[in-house]
Amino acid sequence: MSWVNNAVYAYDGSFDGLLSCVFESYERKEELMDITSGSDPQYVLFGNRYVETDPQKATRVYEAIGNKISPAARELVRLGFLTCSPQKELLIYRFLRLGFKHGGAVMNMLTENTVHQLHKAVRHLNSESHAFMGFVRFSVYGDALVAVIEPKNIVLPVLACHFCDRYSQESFMIYDKTHGQALIHRPDAAQDDKVSIVNVDELVLPDVSEQEKAYRSLWKQFYNTVAIRERINPRAQMSHMPKRYWAQLTEMQ
Amino acid sequence: MDVYDKLTILTDSAKYDVSCSSSGVERKSGQAGAAGSAVSSGICHSFAADGRCISLLKVLMSNSCIYDCKYCVNRRSNDTRRAMFTPEELANLTMNFYRRNYIEGLFLSSGIMRNPDYTTEQLIRVLELLRNEYKFGGYIHVKGIPGADPALISRLGLLADRMSVNIELPSQASLSQLAPDKTKEAILKPMSLIRQGIQENVTDLVKYRHAPKFVPAGQSTQMIIGATPDSDLKILTLTEALYHKYKLKRVYYSAYTPVMEHSLLPSLDSKPPLLREHRLYQADWLLRFYGFEAKELLDERAPNFNPFMDPKCNWAMNHIDRFPVEISTAPYETLLRVPGIGVTSAKRIVKARRAFRLDFPGLKKLGVVLKRAQYFITCSGRRLEGLKVNESTILRSLLSTKELGMFLPQPQVEQLSLFSDDELGIGTGKDLISCLG
Repeated sequence: MSWVNNAVYAYDGSFDGLLSCVFESYERKEELMDITSGSDPQYVLFGNRYVETDPQKATRVYEAIGNKISPAARELVRLGFLTCSPQKELLIYRFLRLGFKHGGAVMNMLTENTVHQLHKAVRHLNSESHAFMGFVRFSVYGDALVAVIEPKNIVLPVLACHFCDRYSQESFMIYDKTHGQALIHRPDAAQDDKVSIVNVDELVLPDVSEQEKAYRSLWKQFYNTVAIRERINPRAQMSHMPKRYWAQLTEMQ
Repeated sequence: MDVYDKLTILTDSAKYDVSCSSSGVERKSGQAGAAGSAVSSGICHSFAADGRCISLLKVLMSNSCIYDCKYCVNRRSNDTRRAMFTPEELANLTMNFYRRNYIEGLFLSSGIMRNPDYTTEQLIRVLELLRNEYKFGGYIHVKGIPGADPALISRLGLLADRMSVNIELPSQASLSQLAPDKTKEAILKPMSLIRQGIQENVTDLVKYRHAPKFVPAGQSTQMIIGATPDSDLKILTLTEALYHKYKLKRVYYSAYTPVMEHSLLPSLDSKPPLLREHRLYQADWLLRFYGFEAKELLDERAPNFNPFMDPKCNWAMNHIDRFPVEISTAPYETLLRVPGIGVTSAKRIVKARRAFRLDFPGLKKLGVVLKRAQYFITCSGRRLEGLKVNESTILRSLLSTKELGMFLPQPQVEQLSLFSDDELGIGTGKDLISCLG
C-alpha cells in the first residue's frame, strides 16, 4: 500500500504529542504536509486530524530514533523541539522520515535541505544558550537569586545543568519572559524536587535592597572603566552583544 | 578611600592587559559547600564599549610600582592616584560579582610592591582566601611576577587556573630601552618555571589521581604592538617559539595606546595600530589551528603584513600554483588553506562529502565563504559556472574593505582608490594568471 501525501495533523504542543504524530503518520501511511499545534485555530477550520498524545507511542518512536538512526540524531531532534523555528515540527518530521530511510548516515547529509535547516535551527538554540550562560544577571532578594531573560529559543532546559552545577548551594530562579517559564533550583529540597521548570504567567519582583543597589553600581563602574577610550568600537560591541539582550543587562541600564 | 574608588583606580590601571579569556579548564562545583565551576570553552559575560569581551574581574591588587617602564601607566614616575585592595575586599567583591553571574572569575595582577617576593605573597593571600575560605571554584588568572622566588610561584600556581608573565616588548633591545628594570632572562625564567611545573604535574596526575592541579588552564603572555620598531616577522617568530618551546596556550597582542610623551615612544596623538594588531591575531590563529608556520607567512623580504589583505589570502595569492583544490578529494589540511574555508566548514566538508557529491550551493550551506573560496576550488573537477578567473577579479574579492573600514581612520581608506574600479575591472586579459586559466 502506498503512502497518501496530503495529510495535516494537529497536536497538543508537547514533545510526546509530536512523536505521537510521527507514530500515527507511519501507522496510517500518511505523509504529512503540515503539523500544527493545538493553540493554532486553523486545524479546526479545515477539520484536520487531531492526534491525541500517547506516551507509550511516543516512547516507542523516541527509542526507535536512538536505535535505528543514532543517539546523536535523537539529541538533535530533542534540541530541535526547543528551537524558535516556525516550522520546527515539520523539520523534525521530515528529518525523521529521512532518518528512518537512510539510518545514521542522515547525520552526514549536511547539504540536504531539511537536515541543513534543522542543524541551523539547533545551532541558533545552542549559540543563544551559550550567550545566556554569560548574559543572565541575578539580583539578590533575601536568600534567593532571581534573573529575567527574554530568549528567542526555549533555552531553560539547555541552561539548567550549567546553572544548577555552578550555584549548587543557592536557591535561584531564572524567569523566561518570552515563553512564560521559570527554572527553579532549591538546593535543600528532595533530590527529585531540586530542579524544576514551571509555567509562570507573570512575575512581580519586590524592590531591591540597598546592598543589591551598591553591587549593581560597582559592576556598572567596573564595566564603564574597563573599556579603553581610544578603542571605542560600537559595531564590535553590538555584534558580540546584540541590543536585544541589553534590556536585562545590569550594566546597560 | 572606599571600595568604589579603589575599584575605579585599579580597573583603570589594569585595563591595558588584553587577555580576558576564561577557557582551558573544566571543573564541576563538585563537593558540598563549594561555589562555582569552570567551563572549558570559556564564557563571555559582557562586552565593553571597545568591543572587548569581559569574562573576568580584571583588576590590580595595587597600582603602586617600584619599576619605571616607559610604556606603562603605573610606572613609578607617573603622577597618578594610587590604591590597594585588601585581600578581604577583593575576595568579597569577586564572590559577590560571581554570585550575580557578572563574571566567570578573577584576573589578578599587580604593580610591584616593595619587591617581587612580597608582591607574590600578597597575591597568594587573596587566592588562598578565595579558594580555602570561600571555597571558590570559579576561574582565576593570576600574573607571575618576574624575579619572584620559584617556591612562591609554584604555590601561586597551585591556586590558579591560568598564569601569565607578560613579555611586553618583543626584543631585548626594546626592553632595555623602555623597561630598564626588566631583562629578557627575568621574564623567561618564571615562564619556564611554570612550564616545568605543568609538565611535572601531568606526570603526578598519572601517578596520583588526586594530585593538586598546577595551572590547569596553562599559561599565556602578552606583547605590546607598535611601541617599538620590531617587525611583524620578529613578533610572529617569537610567538611561534613561545607556543613550541614554552607550550603557551595563548599569546595576546596589545596595540600600544600612548600614555605619555617620550622621545623613544610614538607621540601622544598617534592612534593605536589596531589593524596591525588584527592581522597578528589572524596570523596567530593560522599558527594554532590551520597548520601554518611563521616562515610561510612572512620573510625578510616582506617582514610585515599586508594591510589590505588578510594573511591567509595573502599566502594563497603568493602560492597560486597550489590551487585550485578539488573539494571532493582534498585532505582536511589542504582544505584549511583555502581562503573562505575555516576550521568549522572544513570539518563539515569532510563529513558531508561522505553522504553526497558536493556542489557550490551545497558549500554555501556548509558555511564556506564562496566570495573568496570560489577562485581556489573545484567541485567534481568544475569551477563555479561563469567565474572569471584573473588577478584583478581575485584581488577585488579578497581585499578586505570591511576590515579596513573598521580599523583605519577615514583618509587612509580613501587610498583604496589606488585600485580603482576600472583597474580591477573584469577583462584586463593581460593580468590573467596562466596557471589559473
